[in-house]
Amino acid sequence: MNMKADVTRRTLLDVQDLHTVFEKDGNEVHAVNQVSFDVKEGEILAIVGESGSGKSITAMSLLRLIPSPPGRIVGGRVLFNDQDLLDLGDEQIRRLRGRDIAMIFQEPMTSLNPSLRIGRQLAEPLRVHGSVPKEKVRERCLELLRQVRLGDPEKRLDAYPHELSGGMRQRVMIAMGLACLPKLLIADEPTTALDVTVQAQILELLRDLVRQNNSSMMLITHDLGVVARYADRINVMYAGRIVERGTAEEIFHRPKHPYTLGLMESMPRLDQAPGSRLTPVPGQPPDLSDPPPGCPFHPRCRFAEARCRSERPPLEQITENHWKACWVDTDAKR
Amino acid sequence: MGAYVLRRLLALIPTLLIASVIVFGVVRLVPGDVLDLMLSENAYSSNAPEDRAQLEKALGMDKPLYMQYLSWAGNALRGDLGESLWRNTPVTEEIGARLGVTLELGILALLIALIIALPVGIVSAIRQETLADNVGRSFSILALAIPNFWLGTLVVILPALWWGWSPPTEMTPFFEDPIENLKTFLVPSLILGTSLSAVIMRMTRTMMLEVLRQDYIRTAWAKGLRERSVVLVHAVKNAMIPVITLVGILVPILFGGTVIIEQIFRLPGLGQLLLEAVSTRDYPIITGVFLVTGVVVMLVNLIVDLCYGYLDPKVRFDR
Repeated sequence: MNMKADVTRRTLLDVQDLHTVFEKDGNEVHAVNQVSFDVKEGEILAIVGESGSGKSITAMSLLRLIPSPPGRIVGGRVLFNDQDLLDLGDEQIRRLRGRDIAMIFQEPMTSLNPSLRIGRQLAEPLRVHGSVPKEKVRERCLELLRQVRLGDPEKRLDAYPHELSGGMRQRVMIAMGLACLPKLLIADEPTTALDVTVQAQILELLRDLVRQNNSSMMLITHDLGVVARYADRINVMYAGRIVERGTAEEIFHRPKHPYTLGLMESMPRLDQAPGSRLTPVPGQPPDLSDPPPGCPFHPRCRFAEARCRSERPPLEQITENHWKACWVDTDAKR
Repeated sequence: MGAYVLRRLLALIPTLLIASVIVFGVVRLVPGDVLDLMLSENAYSSNAPEDRAQLEKALGMDKPLYMQYLSWAGNALRGDLGESLWRNTPVTEEIGARLGVTLELGILALLIALIIALPVGIVSAIRQETLADNVGRSFSILALAIPNFWLGTLVVILPALWWGWSPPTEMTPFFEDPIENLKTFLVPSLILGTSLSAVIMRMTRTMMLEVLRQDYIRTAWAKGLRERSVVLVHAVKNAMIPVITLVGILVPILFGGTVIIEQIFRLPGLGQLLLEAVSTRDYPIITGVFLVTGVVVMLVNLIVDLCYGYLDPKVRFDR
């Protein structure tokens, strides 16, 4: 617990006012709007939100993997070890991808190339970044497959993706992500497509390997249950902005933003009275090409006041480890 | 895989049987009769019925059509496709002398089409909406719009008018002098190949765009691969499956093209033989040419299917 609250550790990634827009039917959609956050060394940072809240676009913007057109990063800074990734040339950012910052994706079923053998795909980051000498590549691949606890690694190297299950493929993706011992691993919904039992295995594996490699991880998910168990700090995103931030403990035990409160209530819990119903957050996420004025959450907010409809609340620090973007004192109103 | 190829080759037999019935029947449906033609051309003393009956019997056409077919098919199984009605030369000999020309023209045209279409299609896709893409797409629309018989005719006529140059019409066998031989084939196969390349290019571009949107391409970028590897290693192989299918479908169309181009450039190929046989109602030749091209088309489709196995590991031949 002490480690979780440790804010004195060195900052690995410092994202400032990141702003990514998409061109859609002639409109600009502000998918990521003035987002700032940081990742410390050795930390697991979670970004939580509904689909469409901009969490994946945030992650892809960091590595400049946004398909362009239609996407465009229009502002902000992404400082990685004090170097702005948005200033790098194409070749420089390429060298960083997979070596310093690696990424694993939501869909293990489609994230591996169906026509290439696992071994070939796993070896690629090692080869392109020259992380191990050529004659050691195969050996390293086997070691990686053993690390992600994939049985019979020799045989798996020669397999094609369709011969593996979803969980096995996600293990391969993790092995691929960790191949070059990146300092930061971005895991975008790594378990969404998997069975519940496999989810826990994969997340534990991810956490253990990240800790073991002394890396940091940015865990992107819509599942607060996942976050509670694995993250040190949490950023809650809504409509392309961060609306609440804090240590996992703070967000869990003392959530302040109405959206976070809504997410908590919509989550099944063991301490709930049997037979009681889950409460979903009412309404739909806003259309980002035409966001509502004021606080983007106000149309769905049960605490909304007059001010919420006209003025957008900034993200403000409320205690040492807690920030929120909301005008309302939710504790008083509950 | 050997067993699969063998099975597919055996499957050719019933297919060919059905095809031969259709071809044999359709050829006889062509209006006009070889007997009339021969009688008028050979200036038989009169159009007397007994002359006609005699000729009919000599050509073996007095028997019912199904009997004619059975005896033809029986001979065909032994590799004897009959004799030309006009020249009395074996059909296999006539075809054998011409097949090489058509095959060379077709293969060269296909190679040229692929050499143009694949790089242009790939570049068009990865540089979507840029100058290169627009040039590539305009080229393909142009090539689609220009009929190759018109282009072929222009290429023969205009240089002859302007510079007194005309494409060589003398055929040198390939193994005697490959350079001279290729000179003869260059212009006709370029014309055929260019018009063919348009369709292949558009399919390549579309499929590349489709594949480049896939999740595994994003994975490839995220690994830090160079654009060259992302495109050539990860995208092209997956994009090629429908392109190969298209090439298989284009082969019969290509044969249609060779008939016209051979005529324009006076190349002594199957197309010329066929055209001549149709106008003289030389039934055995027509049937023979169709049979041979049928076999070629079916073999090409077998090769296409084998390519799937290479491109898509999910395709297994042993089961």
